[in-house]
Amino acid sequence: MAQPRRVPFDHATPLELAKYYRFQWEPAQQCHVLLYPEGMVKLPGSAGEIMKRIDGSSSLNAIVDALQAAFPEAPDLRADVVDFLEVAHGNGWIRPAQAQ
Amino acid sequence: MATAGSDPRKPNSPHWLNAELTYKCPLHCVFCYNPVDYASYGRELTTDEWIRVLQQGRELGLVQLGLSGGEPLMRDDLEIIIAEAGRLGYYTNLITSGIGLTEKRIAAFKEGGLNHIQLSFQDSTREMNDWLSSTKTFEHKKRAAELIQKYDYPMVFNCVMHRHNLDHTQQILEMAEALGAEFVELANTQFYAWAMENREQLMPTREQLVKAEAVTNAFREKVGDRMKIYFVHPDYYESRPKACMNGWGSIFLNIAADGVALPCHEARMLPGITFPNVTEHDLKWIWYDSPAFNTYRGDGWMKEPCRTCPEKEQDFGGCRCQAFMLTGDATNADPVCDLSPHHHLITEQVEKAQRPQMPANVKPIVFRDDRNSRRLSGVGQGVPAGD
Repeated sequence: MAQPRRVPFDHATPLELAKYYRFQWEPAQQCHVLLYPEGMVKLPGSAGEIMKRIDGSSSLNAIVDALQAAFPEAPDLRADVVDFLEVAHGNGWIRPAQAQ
Repeated sequence: MATAGSDPRKPNSPHWLNAELTYKCPLHCVFCYNPVDYASYGRELTTDEWIRVLQQGRELGLVQLGLSGGEPLMRDDLEIIIAEAGRLGYYTNLITSGIGLTEKRIAAFKEGGLNHIQLSFQDSTREMNDWLSSTKTFEHKKRAAELIQKYDYPMVFNCVMHRHNLDHTQQILEMAEALGAEFVELANTQFYAWAMENREQLMPTREQLVKAEAVTNAFREKVGDRMKIYFVHPDYYESRPKACMNGWGSIFLNIAADGVALPCHEARMLPGITFPNVTEHDLKWIWYDSPAFNTYRGDGWMKEPCRTCPEKEQDFGGCRCQAFMLTGDATNADPVCDLSPHHHLITEQVEKAQRPQMPANVKPIVFRDDRNSRRLSGVGQGVPAGD
């Protein structure tokens, strides 16, 4: 598989799922998945925890705060969240929330 | 709960459910992948039977749903089926020619949770021989495309390519662009079913493929990210087989209009296998336990050269149906592979295709319709073939 392309974005801007993507919990896989036309990406563990906070109103900063509050025993999570979300953005899964 | 896939002998749960809701179709495409003997099959599943399949499918882990046919819009319960699929959490893909698509219907599909529509360009119908220059074709597609855009679906076009349209690749791409396509798949004909009946007629020349791909590349340069174009080569021109269905009974489950469960669209042609019907068995038994779905899992069934091939985990020996159609034995290597002792069966066809075709030395083309299907099923004999 090609090297994931990281595309940076503003950390204070709310993020949403890109058009045509759907995110849900899959009991049969016991993990979160991202669905798109004719495809599926499994997002186990922390990837699913990050993605489920992409709600159209939370920015990266807000997601880091929420995760830090949910997992108080975890070390500083920011670097991991930035890594994952820049790849997710590069893959076209998420985008800055569009004004309707 | 045991994780599927942790035991190498235990199959994975399937991901993709393809529901061939009906074999009824207003078109007569000469490359149709529906079985040629569909006219001899029993009744179509009822609405309730399809809903039961969808429910069992979610329990099994199926997540992508293809609604195809035939033409799925020929089912007047499509709205009910889509709404149930949405409620159950499928990502639902409708695969359609757009014939029969109205605003009332697409509004109901959207409401029911339909996620994606793939619109096919069809051609070679007897009504529209000159389909590319036909304003009727364009106007029809334009109406469907406008509805698809209005209801905020991606514009996905699929066109099956072959000897009679590859030279029009530029016009096809221009038409797709004019219709606002975001994704275009130019898929060369795979030689199964009706396309196999018409193989000689449809097999492209090497030169056609090279030119069509060059045209496609130039078009990609022009449109950039605005339109993603996929060009799928015909496997007869390859030297390694496709990893058909990612392996037998690996991720894909096809349910035919009459309820027969299959590991691919074509497998019903294989002799000696009784494919289970969803009216008699549940999907869980069908997927994990039925003899049919276990027939070509793993590599125990393989012969040489596949058995000891270092690439067997990549392509699984190719396609069982193609091996059967061409060599008479589904356990042989797919003859597309140049390591197959039967590879000449492919190269002979390819070489034959390089010669000019004269009507006198080519088998007449067979349109996909009920009458030809009855003839090819060996029922209703005595009916004259063709028009």
